[in-house]
Amino acid sequence: MNPIQVSNLTVAYDRKPVLQEVTFQMPEGKLIGVVGPNGAGKSTLIKAILGLVPKASGSVEIYGKSYRTQRKLVGYVPQRGSVDWDFPTNALDVVLMGRYGHVGWFRRPGKKDTAIAMQALDKVGMKEYADRQISQLSGGQQQRVFLARALAQDATVYFMDEPFVGVDAATEKAIISLLNELKAQGKTVLVVHHDLQTVKEYFDWTLLLNKQKIALGPTEEVFTVENLQKTYGGRLAFLDSQVSPSYVVQP
Amino acid sequence: MSYGTWIMLTGSLVGVSCGIIGCFLILRKMAMLADAISHTVLLGIVLAYLVSHSLEGIYMLVGAGIIGLLTAFLVQVLHSSGVQSDAAIGVVFTSLFAFGVILLSAFAGKVHLDVNHALMGEITFIPWNTLTIGGMDLGPSAVWMLGTVLIINLILIFLFYKEIKISSFDPAMATAIGIPVMFIHYLLMSMVSITTVASFDSVGAILVVAMLIVPGATAYLLTDKLLAMLIISAVIGVISAIGGYYAALVWNISISGSMASIAGLIFAATFILSPRYGLLSKLLARKSLITE
Repeated sequence: MNPIQVSNLTVAYDRKPVLQEVTFQMPEGKLIGVVGPNGAGKSTLIKAILGLVPKASGSVEIYGKSYRTQRKLVGYVPQRGSVDWDFPTNALDVVLMGRYGHVGWFRRPGKKDTAIAMQALDKVGMKEYADRQISQLSGGQQQRVFLARALAQDATVYFMDEPFVGVDAATEKAIISLLNELKAQGKTVLVVHHDLQTVKEYFDWTLLLNKQKIALGPTEEVFTVENLQKTYGGRLAFLDSQVSPSYVVQP
Repeated sequence: MSYGTWIMLTGSLVGVSCGIIGCFLILRKMAMLADAISHTVLLGIVLAYLVSHSLEGIYMLVGAGIIGLLTAFLVQVLHSSGVQSDAAIGVVFTSLFAFGVILLSAFAGKVHLDVNHALMGEITFIPWNTLTIGGMDLGPSAVWMLGTVLIINLILIFLFYKEIKISSFDPAMATAIGIPVMFIHYLLMSMVSITTVASFDSVGAILVVAMLIVPGATAYLLTDKLLAMLIISAVIGVISAIGGYYAALVWNISISGSMASIAGLIFAATFILSPRYGLLSKLLARKSLITE
């Protein structure tokens, strides 16, 4: 069964369509990059799948059932800028929030949950920072805390919204090795991604998106000049004729 | 108990209830919504009186709760249909409050409430308005009402602590894992409403905002832990109440006014002297950076 099945998904903000009739299925156990220009609806796609923005039409299924019944299978990494990092709490506490969905009403996370959270922090190399107030962390460290929180969710399908934005090289490496580890465990990870240069290196599959689905498939098949031009319109000028090392995105 | 003790107890209960709930308002950046609710509950109180013909606490709490929720709801509706959130608060708050003032003036003869009293409160009279059951004098009814509200608030915060915490820090994540973020929002707004109406009689609609916001804002400068912030804020509320009472005795000034002023002074001192976020420590840190 498909981990992610999206059918005829349309989302509109104030009557302006952001996503139109998007239909796709994601294969299991792959790292999937979602690529497209600004305003292409990449983040909105994730938010619509997770029920954070209302769907105008269409449906979403996680392993054949509605998201509502499958919440525990899903982990989510929002954009780092979406929260207030001055909130009075520490790194461990934020990671523990990943356990809230499992803990249930009227109960507190217990020793087992704390152990899982510490393990998750360890995996992203942040164990020593567990007690650190979150505003005292660097951008990359904050991103790693968010990843650890998603790990603590112990999910099968992960949605990550721009995890590579504004992070240092060490964090970028840490995220990549984490993504590969998740893949090795047979988990499916969908990542909204900005940097075209690293798509081929990082992702098995790529979804090219610009309000509509332009292409979806194994990266080497769909990450082509024609598809990219279709996705980015005239905004992309290639230095090479090949879709390899360097190209420039013009504003 | 003596007259002064009752007033200090009343003030402290206001300080603790408002201090705790105020922390969440600050963290959720909703201080202005609290201001709005503290005024619109006037309409709730008047309506409750017109329906029940009684000034008993329970009717007041229900009336204020309903109008408080209505305020939060209308602000939400206007905001989500494109009105800026501060403008939405301004429109809803003044309209409902004005309606309350009109009703109050129309039925002024029958309601034992006047606008001045509602806005400024009168803690001095609290000890004489006592609760008697079966001929037994149980002490000021304000103390009973505030105590009940405080216990309700503490139980709700205890039960929904992690839900309130995550939906304040990261509402998107909270929604994604199935926490009813809107329910939590309205739960908090109900708590703000009943806290406000219970504190109303003592400190009035304007100063209740001071008690809601100032202790929390002070605690925010002093700690990095949510639980500690709640406790510090409650303690500051109590210090303001007791300090305010004595200051009022010494200088023969308004008790509620001096309670809010003490809270303001504590905030000012913290703002300058707080070890981590204070003005002074920031200046010193900058200086040591330059000399290094």
